[in-house]
Amino acid sequence: MKLNLDFGVVLERWPAFLDGAVMTLQLAVIATLLGAAIGAVGAVCRRSRNRLAAGISDIYVETIRNTPLLVQIFLVYFGLASMGLKFSAFTVAAVALTINVGAYTTEIMRAGFDSIPRGQIEAAEGLALSRLQIYWHVVLWPAVERVYPALTSQFVLLMLASSVTSQISAEELTAVANYIQSDTYRAFETYILVAIAYIALSLIMRTGFWALGLVLFPRRRRLGTPL
Amino acid sequence: MGGSLNANHLMFLGQGALWTIGLSLIALIGGGLAGAVIALCRVSPSRFVRLLSGAYVQLIQGTPLLVIMFLTYFGLPTLGFSVSPLAAASASLTVYVGAYLGEIWRGCIQSVPRQQWEAAEGLALSRTQRMIKVILPQAVRIATPPTVGFMVQIIKNTSLASVVGFVELARSGQIINNSLFEPLLIYAIIAVIYFALCFPISRLSRKLEQRGGPARPKILAV
Repeated sequence: MKLNLDFGVVLERWPAFLDGAVMTLQLAVIATLLGAAIGAVGAVCRRSRNRLAAGISDIYVETIRNTPLLVQIFLVYFGLASMGLKFSAFTVAAVALTINVGAYTTEIMRAGFDSIPRGQIEAAEGLALSRLQIYWHVVLWPAVERVYPALTSQFVLLMLASSVTSQISAEELTAVANYIQSDTYRAFETYILVAIAYIALSLIMRTGFWALGLVLFPRRRRLGTPL
Repeated sequence: MGGSLNANHLMFLGQGALWTIGLSLIALIGGGLAGAVIALCRVSPSRFVRLLSGAYVQLIQGTPLLVIMFLTYFGLPTLGFSVSPLAAASASLTVYVGAYLGEIWRGCIQSVPRQQWEAAEGLALSRTQRMIKVILPQAVRIATPPTVGFMVQIIKNTSLASVVGFVELARSGQIINNSLFEPLLIYAIIAVIYFALCFPISRLSRKLEQRGGPARPKILAV
């Protein structure tokens, strides 16, 4: 058997790949930012004394973490449509990914909050800081600092998982690849190139998060603890 | 279109659920074997083997499972290998799960205290003996909760086999939906079935984790 690879035909389509990669990154960035916000709120709810808030947050986290992203995407897609709301595939994809990553972020943030010693909060109360100040300075930031590596890995996984939104034809990298391979009949070459593109994107995200970590947590940088 | 959900549809979904379980077991066994090899390679005394297995993990963990599925199912035939959906799904999941389990288990092997290695060395055990008799039995105990937790990810990830036409739970739902067109109802049922499969395992994993012991690598997944 003779291998007959031709990357040229596929590489010619690089502008389409670039568009796809840009959309993948856009989805990742939107879902990361909104998911981080949901995570911060969700983790507070989960630890709150209000049982309703804690219960809702708990159900949200368990439901999302125990069902596949693919099914979640279909439910959001058809759910929005059945309410008569017409959105672009991109919006639906962003919503579904945000809901998904929000649950994982909630869980990671909760672990971070749990790692803050009670004494620190009591000390802050002793200094007469308001509840909001305590939450922001003593709980949230130190907790994020501690779980930062776990958070960033989760966000990289989210970027990779955004490939699943190709199933509702959001035109991100994988959808572009599906289109190009059906057009050129070069499936192997196309998916190899796309795999390389994803690896590059995850390296870019990892480097970005590392740099962001240096800016966000100067204390850690001074201590020399690696992120 | 037309008609309503009846017992036949539910039977079909049940069959899909059984294939989801079957594919998960294939992935667990195949990925487990691959993962064991990877984990041992990652702690190998040979620098070359360590680098090679490390590169494998990095490459697979940087690629979405969906793309690996497409690569095996659509890519290999263009090179002249014919692949059935089941074979493509099993192979992709094995490659994918192997990388993640390998990395989890490497962490577990390395979290066995150094002194255990040194003590075993002091008893003049060979490297293989040290590994089999001293390190692995301890590592297996550390590895149990994260491995059980990862099984949830495996079950969820088998849903991606639907894209290569393998009729597991998600795909059987799509097929029924094509005739009934009741997407919300059908996908809700499917979500409930996945939840019923995954939730007990999640709980078990958490229970095992709470039983205490040394710090364990945290599993991340989508």
